[in-house]
Amino acid sequence: MGDIGSSLIGKRIPKLDAPDKASGKTRYIHDLEAPGALHAKILRSTEVHARIVWIDTAAAKRLPGVHAVITAADVPWQRPIGVAKDHLPLKTDRVRSLRDEVAAVAADTEEIAEEALKLIKVHYEPLPVLTTTDEALAPGAPQLHEGHANNVAMTFDYAQGDVAQGEAQSDVVIEDVFRLHYVTHCCMGVSGVIAEFDPGGSLLLYSNTQVPFLHKREFAEMLGIDPGRIRIIQPPIGGGFGSKLDVYPFEPIAIFLARITGRPVKLLFTREEEFLASPTRQPVVLKLRSGCKKDGTLTFRTVETVHDNGAYTSWGATTPFVMMQTVSSLYRVPHCKYHTAAVYTNNPYAGSFRGYGNLQATFAVEAHMDKLAEAVGMDLLAFRLKNAQEPGEVTPQGMHFKTCGFKQCLTTAAERSDFVAKQAANRARWRDANPVKRGIGIASMLHVGGGAKIYPSDGCGTILKVDDFAHVTLITGASEIGQGSETVLAQLVCEELGLPLSAVSVVNNDTDITPWDVGVHASRTTFIAGNSAIGAARKAKAKILAAAAAKAGVPVETLSLSQGFVFSENKKLFELGKFLRGLHFSDRAELVMTTFYYEPPSKHQDKQFKGDVSAAYAWATQACEVEVDTLTGIVRLLKVTGAHDVGRVLNRLGIEGQIEGGMVMGMGYALTENLVVENCTVKNPNFRDYKLVTAPEMPEMDISFIETMDGEGPQGAKGVGEAPAICMAAAIANAIYNATGTRIYALPFTPENVYRALHGAAQAPAWGKAA
Amino acid sequence: MSANCDIEFTLNGVKRQLSVPAGMSTLEMLRERLGLRGTKYACGEGECGACTILVDGLTLNSCLMFAVDCDGRELQTVEGVAASEVGARLRDAFVANGAVQCGFCTPGLMVQASHVIEHNPGAGAAEIRRGIEGNLCRCTGYKKIIEAIQAAEQKNG
Repeated sequence: MGDIGSSLIGKRIPKLDAPDKASGKTRYIHDLEAPGALHAKILRSTEVHARIVWIDTAAAKRLPGVHAVITAADVPWQRPIGVAKDHLPLKTDRVRSLRDEVAAVAADTEEIAEEALKLIKVHYEPLPVLTTTDEALAPGAPQLHEGHANNVAMTFDYAQGDVAQGEAQSDVVIEDVFRLHYVTHCCMGVSGVIAEFDPGGSLLLYSNTQVPFLHKREFAEMLGIDPGRIRIIQPPIGGGFGSKLDVYPFEPIAIFLARITGRPVKLLFTREEEFLASPTRQPVVLKLRSGCKKDGTLTFRTVETVHDNGAYTSWGATTPFVMMQTVSSLYRVPHCKYHTAAVYTNNPYAGSFRGYGNLQATFAVEAHMDKLAEAVGMDLLAFRLKNAQEPGEVTPQGMHFKTCGFKQCLTTAAERSDFVAKQAANRARWRDANPVKRGIGIASMLHVGGGAKIYPSDGCGTILKVDDFAHVTLITGASEIGQGSETVLAQLVCEELGLPLSAVSVVNNDTDITPWDVGVHASRTTFIAGNSAIGAARKAKAKILAAAAAKAGVPVETLSLSQGFVFSENKKLFELGKFLRGLHFSDRAELVMTTFYYEPPSKHQDKQFKGDVSAAYAWATQACEVEVDTLTGIVRLLKVTGAHDVGRVLNRLGIEGQIEGGMVMGMGYALTENLVVENCTVKNPNFRDYKLVTAPEMPEMDISFIETMDGEGPQGAKGVGEAPAICMAAAIANAIYNATGTRIYALPFTPENVYRALHGAAQAPAWGKAA
Repeated sequence: MSANCDIEFTLNGVKRQLSVPAGMSTLEMLRERLGLRGTKYACGEGECGACTILVDGLTLNSCLMFAVDCDGRELQTVEGVAASEVGARLRDAFVANGAVQCGFCTPGLMVQASHVIEHNPGAGAAEIRRGIEGNLCRCTGYKKIIEAIQAAEQKNG
C-alpha cells in the first residue's frame, strides 16, 4: 500500500488506527487505569423543577470506602458553565431538570460510590414545571433563569430584502408548520473522564472532548489556575458527532473530587446516564411561509422557529446560525426573514449534533420546494435547478460560493436514481389497490465546508519534524474522533514530501505537545488542519530542497522530493535519510523542524449575521427511495443515491465511510430514533426503546463525488463530516409524499405516526402560543 | 456483598481459576479482574453487542452472563479471536475495507463476524446482515463492515 512515488490522493487508504481497534488493543478512556484512582458517581435530581431545601450527606460520608461526598456547598469557587454560563456543575438552591447534578461521591469502587449515592438525602420543594415551550412562553409562566423574563434564552433575527414585496410579487404563497423531535448522539463509548492533580496543583485531564484547547481555558477559569497548568490528553474517542463540544457538569465534578481528595478520579457514565444526561438534538417547531412566481422563480421565504432549549443553554441554542444559511442561501431567494426564539423549559438541554440545525431547516425548506413546484406545475428537479446557486454567487447573507457543484449534485443524483421517471410512475400508482406503495424523494443541502469562523480564530497549528531517517512526526492540534483525520493529514504530508504513509507518525491528543486548534466541529478538520499540515510540510520541503540545491550546486527549481529521494529533474540525487543525516551531522548542524498556523480566509459574521463565514461551502443532493406499507405505516428505506460536492476526494475509503455513516444516521433521525420526553422525563433511556438503525435495515447506497477542486481547500478538498446526515429526513419525507400523496410535517416517521397521518388521524403540527 | 464462588474455565486457550462474586457479570470479570479490556461496555443490557464474546463456540453478550456461569466453559474474547487465523483475516479485511471508524463497536463485531464465518462460511450479504443484527455501530452505516466480512470469507475459499 502507499505505492512510493505515486500520489496517495483519491486512493483507498486504510485508517492508521484501524489495526489496533480491530484487535481490541485500543485503550479508550474506559480502559485506562490511573493508579490509586477513586471512582466517582453523580447524584441527579429526582425532581424536574424544585427548590433544594437541604442535602444530608452524613450517612454517605460514613460508608467505608467513601473518600468524598460533595455538594455545591463544598465548592463555593465553582463557576457557571456552558455557552451562556447559565448553570453550575453542582446545583446550589434549585434544580431545573431531572438530570441536574446535586451531589457527587468519590469512593474506592464504583459499587461503593453507588451505595453512597443511595444514602444521600435531599429535601426538595417542588416548583411549577414547564414541559413545553408553549407553557414557558405563556403569560405568567414561572421564570427559569434570572434575566430571562419570558423564558427566552436567546433570539436570532436575520433579514434580507423585503418579504412583503416578495410576497406581493408571488403567484403562489404557502405556509406550513413543521415539528422536529428530540434525538441524541448515542456514541457507542459512553462519556467519561479521569482527573488528576499533581502535588503542585497542576491538572492532568483525560477527556473525550472535541475542543481540548477551549476546555483548558474554561477549566483554568473555573479552578482559578494558570491555563498553562492544565494538560488535556484525549484517549481514542468512542464517537463524537458534536456531543463533546461543550463543558458539561460531569467533567468539572470529577475535577472537584480530584482536587478535594488529592487522588486521581475516574468517572464513567452508564448507558442510562448517557441517555439522560448527555446532550440532545433540540426539538424545533418551525413555521415556513414561502412563495414563487408562475415561472418557478422563488420570491420570498419567512421562517419563524421556537427551539426547546431545555433547562440550560448549550450549543443547541445557536443552531440558527446554520439554519438561516439554508433558509437564505441554499436556493436563490431575494427576500428572506428569519426569527428564532430558543426557549427555556424543564426538559433535557440541547447541545450540538452533526448537522447543527441543518437537518431541521432542510426538512422544512425542501418540503416547500416540492410543494411550490407542484403548485406551479413544474417538474421537481427543474424547479430546483431553476433556483439553485451557482459558482461565483455571493448571497445576500454574504456567503461567497467560490466553488459550487450544486447543479451537478442535483442532476447526478436525479439521473443515477432515475428520479424523474420514478416520480411520475409512483404518482400514477396512488390509487392502485396495492397497499404497499413506492416513493422517491429528493433533497439538497448547503453546509460550511471550509471551517466556520465563530470563535476569534478558526485556525489549527502544526509542528512537523523530519528525523535522521526521513521519518516524519506530524504534531497537529486536530482531534481524531473516528472520522479519520489522522490518516488524511498523514496522507497530505506524504504527498508534499514524497514519502510513503509508513514514514509518518501523527501526534494529536495532548495539549502539552500539540499546537492550538479550535476543535473538531463544523466539518472543518480536513480543510483547516489539512491546510495547516500542508503548510508545515511545504516549509520542510523548501528547507530540504534549499540545502540540497546548495550542496549539489544546482538551481532549487530543478529539485523535487519523491520516493524518499531528492530528485534533480528525473535523476535521484540524494537518498533523503542520508541527506538529512548529512545536514544534521555537518558544520550546518541543522534539523528539519517546521511550524505552521493556518487561519482560513473567512470572515466573522456581522451583527446582522452577514459575512462569508466559511472558506468553502459543501453541497449535496440525496434521492431516497422508500416503500410505504399503508396498512401498517411501516416505511422501509430501500435506496439512497447521494451526490456530494466534496471539492476533491482525498481518501476514498474514508470519505465513503463518512457519507455512508452519515446517511444511516440521517435515516435513523427520520425513521427510527426518538428520544421520548414526557413531562420532562426521558422515557426510553436504553437501546431497546431508543431504536438505532441495525444492519438488516441498511439501505442500498450509491454515492457520487462531484469534484469541484476548491481553490482554498487542501488539494482541492472541502469538509464533508456533517453533510450526509442533513438531507435524509427531507428526502424521505418527499418520498413518502410521492408514494402516498400524504405529506407529513412532523418527525419521526415511525409506523404509528405514519399510519395516523395516512389515515387522517394525525393533527398537523400547530404553531401554538409561539406566534 | 455477595458470596464468592470458585470457578475454572478456559480463556483464549489458557486455563484460569478464579474466585468471583456471585453477582459479577462476565464482562466485569474480563475487564476488571482479568484486565482484558478489548471487550467493551456500551449498554450493559444485551442491546448493543459491544461486549460480544464466544462461549463454547457461541456468541453471547458478556454483560448478560454471570461470571459464575463461566465455570467449566471455554471462552474466547476479541484478544483470542484476533490471534486466530480467522481473526487475522477479519482484522485485515476490517482495516482494508474501512469497517472501522471510532472503533468502539469493532471488537464485538470482530467476535460476531468470526462466528458468522466459522458457522456459515458461504454466508451472503443478507445472511451477514442478519448475523450482525445485534451489533450496533453509530459511525459506519454498516456497509463497510458487511463488505469486510465478505472479503474475509472470500479469502477463506
